[in-house]
Amino acid sequence: MIHSLFLINCSGDIFLEKHWKSVVSQSVCDYFFEAQEKAIDVENVPPVISTPHHYLISIYRDKIFFVSVIQSEVPPLFVIEFLHRVADTFQDYFGECSETAIKDNVVIVYELLEEMLDNGFPLATESNILKELIKPPTILRSVVNSITGSSNVGDTLPTGQLSNIPWRRAGVKYTNNEAYFDVVEEIDAIIDKSGSTVFAEIQGVIDSCIKLSGMPDLSLSFMNPRLLDDVSFHPCIRFKRWESERVLSFIPPDGNFRLISYRVSSQNLVAIPVYVKHMISFKENSSSGRFDVTIGPKQNMGKTVESVVMTVHMPKAVLNMNLTATQGSYTFDPVTKVLTWDVGKITPQKLPNLKGLVNLQSGAPKPEENPSLNIQFKIQQLAISGLKVNRLDMYGEKYKPFKGVKYITKAGKFQVRT
Amino acid sequence: MLSLPPVQKLLRQLPAGPAKPPVGGDTAEEVTSPTKNGSKWLKMENGNFFAPVWYRHDDLKEMLDSNKDSLKLEAMKRIVAMIARGKNASDLFPAVVKNVACKNIEVKKLVYVYLVRYAEEQQDLALLSISTFQRGLKDPNQLIRASALRVLSSIRVPIIVPIMMLAIKEAASDMSPYVRKTAAHAIPKLYSLDSDQKDQLIEVIEKLLADKTTLVAGSVVMAFEEVCPERIDLIHKNYRKLCNLLIDVEEWGQVVIINMLTRYARTQFLSPNQNVSPKAEAASLAKRKPYVMDPDHRLLLRNTKPLLQSRNAAVVMAVAQLYFHLAPKAEVGVIAKALVRLLRSHRSVQYVVLQNVATMSIKRRGMFEPYLKSFYIRSTDPTQIKILKLEVLTNLANETNISTILREFQTYIRSMDKDFVAATIQAIGRCATNIGKVRDTCLNGLVQLLSNRDELVVAESVVVIKKLLQMQPAQHSEIIKHMAKLTDNIQVPMARASILWLIGEYCEHVPKIAPDVLRKMAKSFTNEEDIVKLQVINLAAKLYLTNSKQSKLLTQYVLNLAKYDQNYDIRDRARFIRQLIVPTEKSGALNKYAKKLFLAQKPAPILESSFKDRDHFQLGSLSHLLNAKAVGYQELPDWPDEAPDPSVRNVEVRGRASEGVQTPLGKEKAEKPFYSDSDGESGPTESADSGEDPVAWQGMGQENPSEDEEEEEGAKKAKKKKAPPGRKSHAETSSEEASTSESSSSGSDSGSEAEAKRRKAVRAGPGWGQRRDTWTPCLHPPTSLLVTDLEGLTLTDTSLTPAVSVPHALPGMSRDPCPSWGLQVGGSASHTPAPRPRQLLSPAFGAVRTYELLHRMAGEGLSVEYCFSRRPFPGDPHMVAVHIQISNNTDAEVKSLRVSEPKLLSGMRIQEFPEIERLAPGDTANVVMGIDFCDSTQAANFQLCTHTRHFYVSIQPPVGELMAPVFMSENEFKKEQGKLTGMSEITEKLTLPEKCRSDHAIVQQVTSAANVGRVPCGADNEYRFAAKTMTSGSLVLITLEQREGAVAQLTVNSEKMVIGTMLVKDIIQALAQ
Repeated sequence: MIHSLFLINCSGDIFLEKHWKSVVSQSVCDYFFEAQEKAIDVENVPPVISTPHHYLISIYRDKIFFVSVIQSEVPPLFVIEFLHRVADTFQDYFGECSETAIKDNVVIVYELLEEMLDNGFPLATESNILKELIKPPTILRSVVNSITGSSNVGDTLPTGQLSNIPWRRAGVKYTNNEAYFDVVEEIDAIIDKSGSTVFAEIQGVIDSCIKLSGMPDLSLSFMNPRLLDDVSFHPCIRFKRWESERVLSFIPPDGNFRLISYRVSSQNLVAIPVYVKHMISFKENSSSGRFDVTIGPKQNMGKTVESVVMTVHMPKAVLNMNLTATQGSYTFDPVTKVLTWDVGKITPQKLPNLKGLVNLQSGAPKPEENPSLNIQFKIQQLAISGLKVNRLDMYGEKYKPFKGVKYITKAGKFQVRT
Repeated sequence: MLSLPPVQKLLRQLPAGPAKPPVGGDTAEEVTSPTKNGSKWLKMENGNFFAPVWYRHDDLKEMLDSNKDSLKLEAMKRIVAMIARGKNASDLFPAVVKNVACKNIEVKKLVYVYLVRYAEEQQDLALLSISTFQRGLKDPNQLIRASALRVLSSIRVPIIVPIMMLAIKEAASDMSPYVRKTAAHAIPKLYSLDSDQKDQLIEVIEKLLADKTTLVAGSVVMAFEEVCPERIDLIHKNYRKLCNLLIDVEEWGQVVIINMLTRYARTQFLSPNQNVSPKAEAASLAKRKPYVMDPDHRLLLRNTKPLLQSRNAAVVMAVAQLYFHLAPKAEVGVIAKALVRLLRSHRSVQYVVLQNVATMSIKRRGMFEPYLKSFYIRSTDPTQIKILKLEVLTNLANETNISTILREFQTYIRSMDKDFVAATIQAIGRCATNIGKVRDTCLNGLVQLLSNRDELVVAESVVVIKKLLQMQPAQHSEIIKHMAKLTDNIQVPMARASILWLIGEYCEHVPKIAPDVLRKMAKSFTNEEDIVKLQVINLAAKLYLTNSKQSKLLTQYVLNLAKYDQNYDIRDRARFIRQLIVPTEKSGALNKYAKKLFLAQKPAPILESSFKDRDHFQLGSLSHLLNAKAVGYQELPDWPDEAPDPSVRNVEVRGRASEGVQTPLGKEKAEKPFYSDSDGESGPTESADSGEDPVAWQGMGQENPSEDEEEEEGAKKAKKKKAPPGRKSHAETSSEEASTSESSSSGSDSGSEAEAKRRKAVRAGPGWGQRRDTWTPCLHPPTSLLVTDLEGLTLTDTSLTPAVSVPHALPGMSRDPCPSWGLQVGGSASHTPAPRPRQLLSPAFGAVRTYELLHRMAGEGLSVEYCFSRRPFPGDPHMVAVHIQISNNTDAEVKSLRVSEPKLLSGMRIQEFPEIERLAPGDTANVVMGIDFCDSTQAANFQLCTHTRHFYVSIQPPVGELMAPVFMSENEFKKEQGKLTGMSEITEKLTLPEKCRSDHAIVQQVTSAANVGRVPCGADNEYRFAAKTMTSGSLVLITLEQREGAVAQLTVNSEKMVIGTMLVKDIIQALAQ
């Protein structure tokens, strides 16, 4: 399975290596660098590279390449999924998955990697188990450790690994028992030039933060479960129960986790909460063009559209942009040619507008294509699909937990073609 | 026992300072030395500037040698940081390895990290640590046992292979599933270290495959895949269990199991799509029976389907490929939705999923059509994703959706990403060839692109147009003319070559332009790329043949240029063509056919997806992704024409009926196990067998109550909470089902081990309580010779009839509630305390055995023997009656013989026999005493006193004597047995020797080994016995199931696990004799 792992930063330094079988020389990464060079953009580095003796499977997360060395046949997704799990664990432990965080906590990283894989086969990847084995660093603990000389390695042996609910650790105790659910929906859409929707669907997740003592058995039901077209579950959810009753029944892990992710299919009409009026043109044989974009709210069910940001990858020929925004501020990076307009809240009374001149490189041919606009926004207190949580019941424990549900709608991959 | 180099010698070898400084290595060692070591640094500067690297590790060494854990920890942290950065820290090995037994758990863990990294380089020193792990392997805590095994097996030192082998074998029969999981993990490690161990490892794998816990399943299948993926026969018996456990296995295990089962199913079942396959001829179709899907095939499909909902992309992909390769066409569709969901994931996940979708969409286009729009491309997608999506879109294009797709393509063509635009043009070309309706539209669109400003776009269009034109050249001379004009501007070689070829091929359609183009090309010939030059020569040749008047000289000129070209291909081509087209006296018959050769009708190229036929690789595999066979790839076999015997997967269903799937199979006639004959005992109870101290063992069982019962426990909890049948309760049923089927399944241990065990058993003899050294068993187990022996035994079959005839109405007799029917059969003599009770112990019955309490020599002429009479002790039902026969062989009278000063464990009681006043020389006395052993096999120690002497004696009961028979009906028996499953159930396989195959021989042997009563039984190859332990009255239920020939399976259900385990051993031993 997974032979070795190299962590490489953007400038090509290998800053961490771990081998689960015999040692593989760093020089194997040269093949990776070669591919990286060829790809130009980091996004285009092929995830699987074949070299004479090994295969390299890599992911790119948070400006770090996780390059794993494989020696024989293994499902590539298996490795990729595992590497993402590693990155998630780092994120979980250190708050960020960055080079500095990893370098600062190199011992913990090593201990984690040691526990996560045995001989290249995943062993413990559940965050609850790992946290029992190796405690995440906190400022308080590091101070205490430096004074008392105690360590980050848990001295209790993890029992979760042995139970049939490996995701939950035993003996959880809280004084305030709380269960929070965030229903987050993202709208993926492609809007064409004329403003009609080419493609739209809603991708949702329910992220939970559960701090309940003991072994609570929860069941969460929806007012309209039939909306959910395709669902993927955290392993804790009893699948049969969902199949038969459309109720999410589970013994939750402790802490933060993603309960389900779902899709509301494009068959259902998706209400697009914003519209964009745009006028972008480049004149033939002239070194300038016009740019005029207005964003407005639409069918927002009485909720305000917030944190609106528009990013545009302008054509290479664009030298600079001279714009005025009626609301918010804009920046244009002449190197990456990215225009960002931070609009903020949209008020229907006064629609935000950005307009002005585009300076083109003189002599360069007129850009073929108008750039597409990527929009981000947020709507609080609304699940755009209309999904509603009905109730949450708890069995197995006596206390009364505090329960909370929050809804939020965001733009996912929301693109307007112009 | 492996002899390790004496530690002392090694210690002497330990260098006081490092023996050899490593060459090269970490020049930029970044150990920021604490200030207290400043003097050392100074010293170094004074000395050699290029001080050897090891010098700088001195402070680390000091820290490691110190007594303070905090310093050690600090040092280890720094060392691990060095390792992490890929710096060499191997010279610290001696200092680090000393700390392997450190108490501080973090230091210990870091030492393990170090050890695993460098042990390979410093093998001798690494051996020093082995004993620590060996100790750890026997720790009562399962997690410590597991971690010791994990590190031990990770040390890649060939010399410890035998130790690893033993440790793995031991751990494979550990009580704790977690340790067994670790054992499964260790198997591939050992295999990669020494592949000669394969056969032994397969045995272990076989045993672990029979394990019924979800924790082990994934790991052992992984081991199976790495060590012996070709041994598909090992899966048969475990197939249904694996299917049923699948949903509760951890996600990584699921992937491995699903991939393996896909391969398995391909070898065992018939293709569900054979009837629809166009290849199947009508005749053979008629002959063939209508296809009915094997219930096992269905089971697999049904049990994997819920996993499409997994959050783990690898699991979803694994299920998707399983459905793609195994499901009937109509059912494959379900995977599309799940795969489309994965497209929202990370870029690398998208990449892999799209590759697989691309392959699938060629074979099963309909599946993804509803999700067409999910493959629409965003300008922000990375190029490689765009190109893959384009591939899928092209595959999905058909007459109905082509117009939408083409509209999308139009948007894409204007993209800024030129590689993507080029791919889009190719895609348009493919759509045009596949769907005739839109060919003209596409062609027109492409021609428009010829005026594009970007040269790459134009070039790509030219190439595609060329391919399209080849299909219907006559109508498109305009386009060819247009393209001829492009030769002035376009520089991309491939495009230029395409245009030239096109003009040459269709020079009749453009008779005026063609020679002109040749003229221009002749001018620039020397500056062209090779590929263009070749086409110029081609064009010249074709023009010479069709229009020699205008182009003769030009052709000569071009050929002359080519003759002196640097590229030999071009020189060769020129020479060849000159001979072919220019008639000379030397040129042969070919000359006449030159025109036919050059201007033959050429078939239009077929534009195909590069993903076509990739599905001969298992989808989702690395090989599929690379489109090349990766190392270690297991071919996905073709469906068999005839289904192999489905009964190989049958495992006898015992006790409670299991659910639907197995019922149809249950009807099938008695099946023959796959390679039953060499079966030996196996199963989870081996830990008892492997000679741990029974008491310690029991203690451990109590300490870890979770162990095997976890599932049941969890399920019970769920029940308490009134949880309706959810996933967990489903798990419960499935695991129970698995346990019923599993416990009766053949562990199919190889015969050698079984034989080895039997030999051990023989060696151990009647002293069953004897302990065995844990490390001794079968370091070199007997070879296959013994297997044949065993097989020979079974072949001779049951011809041997029992020598002693015992009434055959045994069931009837057992209905007699008298607890000691064994003795009754023995004869009425036993009822009276006869003067010669030895007769009662007649070996013909073997039911009662005498043991020596005091030997004649030791007792100075007084000899004492005892036996367990198996009759209730009058006065106290909890006591075991012990018959004592005292013979006075002295020539003097022995007076006042009595028991005194019993030394008993707490709870045990003795009812002494009444004092014997006097015993004349040569006389024998029989007395009965009662002992309450408290259901334990601990010896009762006491003194036997005469008027002159005291003798220390002890009575240790065989486990079979700690119980009394009870009467129950078959139904009661089944009911009680149902309550005693899980950990309370112990199952072993055994091979019955010839003389012990008849009904009564078996019954006799069992009842001789244990004081049990027979329970009537409907089936004639099953024997049931029941008893209650003396003290606590816990039920002990014994089932012996005789299979084919010599193979039998023994099951003991008792909540007293220790008693159960020992009983199994005793009965097996009794039956084997």
